[in-house]
Amino acid sequence: MTTATAPAKRSAATPDLSRAALPLRRRAIDLTARLLMVLAVLAAGVPLLLVIYHVLAKGVGIVDLDFLTADIPVRARVAGPGMGPAVVGTLIITGAAALLSIPLGVLGAVYLNEYGKQSLLARVIRTMADVMTGVPSVVMGLFILVVWVLAVGEQTGFAAALALACLMLPVIIRSSEEMLRLVPDELRQASAALGARRWRTTVSVVLPAAISGITSGAMLAIARAAGETAPIVVVAGTVTWTNWNLFEGNNTTLTAQIFKNAVEPFEAAHGRAWGAALTLMMIVLVFTILARFIAGRFAIKNR
Amino acid sequence: MTSVTSISTLIPGNASAMPTSSARTVMQLTDVSVFYGAYEAVRGTTMPIREHQITAMIGPSGCGKSTVLRSLNRMNDLINGARIQGTITFHDQDLYAPNVDPIQVRRRIGMVFQKPNPFPKSIYENVAYGLRINGIKDNLDGRVEKALRDAALWDEVKGKLNTSGLALSGGQQQRLCIARAIAVQPEVILMDEPCSALDPIATGKIEDLMHELSRTFTIVIVTHNMQQAARVSHYTAFFTAEVDDKQVRHGRLVEFNDTGRIFTNPNDKRTEDYITGRFG
Ligand SMILES: Nc1ncnc2c1ncn2[C@@H]1O[C@H](COP(=O)(O)OP(=O)(O)OP(=O)(O)O)[C@@H](O)[C@H]1O
Ligand SMILES: [Mg+2]
Repeated sequence: MTTATAPAKRSAATPDLSRAALPLRRRAIDLTARLLMVLAVLAAGVPLLLVIYHVLAKGVGIVDLDFLTADIPVRARVAGPGMGPAVVGTLIITGAAALLSIPLGVLGAVYLNEYGKQSLLARVIRTMADVMTGVPSVVMGLFILVVWVLAVGEQTGFAAALALACLMLPVIIRSSEEMLRLVPDELRQASAALGARRWRTTVSVVLPAAISGITSGAMLAIARAAGETAPIVVVAGTVTWTNWNLFEGNNTTLTAQIFKNAVEPFEAAHGRAWGAALTLMMIVLVFTILARFIAGRFAIKNR
Repeated sequence: MTSVTSISTLIPGNASAMPTSSARTVMQLTDVSVFYGAYEAVRGTTMPIREHQITAMIGPSGCGKSTVLRSLNRMNDLINGARIQGTITFHDQDLYAPNVDPIQVRRRIGMVFQKPNPFPKSIYENVAYGLRINGIKDNLDGRVEKALRDAALWDEVKGKLNTSGLALSGGQQQRLCIARAIAVQPEVILMDEPCSALDPIATGKIEDLMHELSRTFTIVIVTHNMQQAARVSHYTAFFTAEVDDKQVRHGRLVEFNDTGRIFTNPNDKRTEDYITGRFG
């Protein structure tokens, strides 16, 4: 008898842990929240997938080695490749912009976080960087047009690199400063207690600890710069043959060519625009993967 | 004010109340007050730090132990608004004289922090860092090994010197930080509650270690653990927080004496109350 009653007693005391035991209201809220999250993911993901699908569908048949290297046809209605000048232009202009803005931006962030802190100058620079982040890219293009292109008297790839660098700089400063801020103060103190000077602590401890975040920030800025159109058209003009020289002669980029070809009434031009779009996507993808790889290597060292 | 006699130990230049010892005085605090902005966190501290001895600082939370400790190697310089009054000498040189470079001070007076703070670098690089910044290039491997051996960590890490210092346990990390501090061969090592995050076994290891280290180094340790102070130190400074006429709390050194005296026969009633757990 006792053995028979014991389990019954226990089960009466056993709490019901099943989901069904929750009040209806809580379950309803839970379900709604889940649905909203799924909707949010779809709202963000579906357009992205559609963009990728369309660019791939229209571009895959067009992009080949010839397309990536051949000159752009002078007359837009002519069918066939290529986008060589724009590929070269994108790489060297974005590359030069990165070379100009990343060292300056990281140094600026080091100044703000390690030296300036809350001083007046640092606060002014921080505010200026925030304001600069909000400057529309076409305005930056006009700015470079006025202070550089008109002064030099020529539209060049370098002018475009300058415009892109000005767009990237505030982003890099702010994202790098954010990363430096995440480095615990204990590390700086530990280094100081060993008799390290501040620059030494910064170079040997703080920057290595923040490098992966700084790299990601810089890569995002590069990807954004590679996608800019307006300032390029304004300060670099356009060109149909490959111009390796940043400092002389017009230049062009993939985004500029996408814009230019897409507004033409000809089927052939549209094809080239799609091809250029796919090429640009691939370039950005390759760089992003490369950046993740580099950041990952540093991160492993850190862990 | 329970005792007038203890106050005499606070008066500059009055060394008669302090235990005589053959050990040389390496550092001397004379009437040291430390300020954070306008707030006087510690008032009028006078005490010696003796060579190759372990000096413990004990007292309730917030009485300024860490503040005094940090002022010994000018780590307070890194805190905005922190400044000191009075003098702290190191081999009879004023540490805060205008021509003194705090970097030079910190190279001779090292520090181990309460929370283990290894660099996000390999174990080897953690220890080698101080050597590198001091421009020491010869026999790095040997020096790193010796520091790790002296910190009683070598046997646990010798096979994985290239793995991250952050992958060690808390107690191992703290010993790594000690190894890092002793690798540069400072004269004095300041330790701020080095065992507070550690289990009794790791604590025991570090205490044994301090005994070993005191043969070569002078050690100042802040601890909340009375037994630890009694076990490891030769001298003990008891601090407390006092409220003055203007209702502002200041840290004060109540009593400095050799540890035996402090724990068996303190001069001051407040010391006795604190040690016997009747405090506050
Ligand atoms: N960076 C700082 N800025 C302003 N005030 C500070 C700072 N550090 C400490 N203080 C103040 O100085 C007083 C002494 O602090 P301190 O950290 O030296 O105490 P402590 O004795 O080490 O305490 P604990 O045992 O809790 O570590 C406290 O009142 C504290 O609020
Ligand atoms: Mg403290």
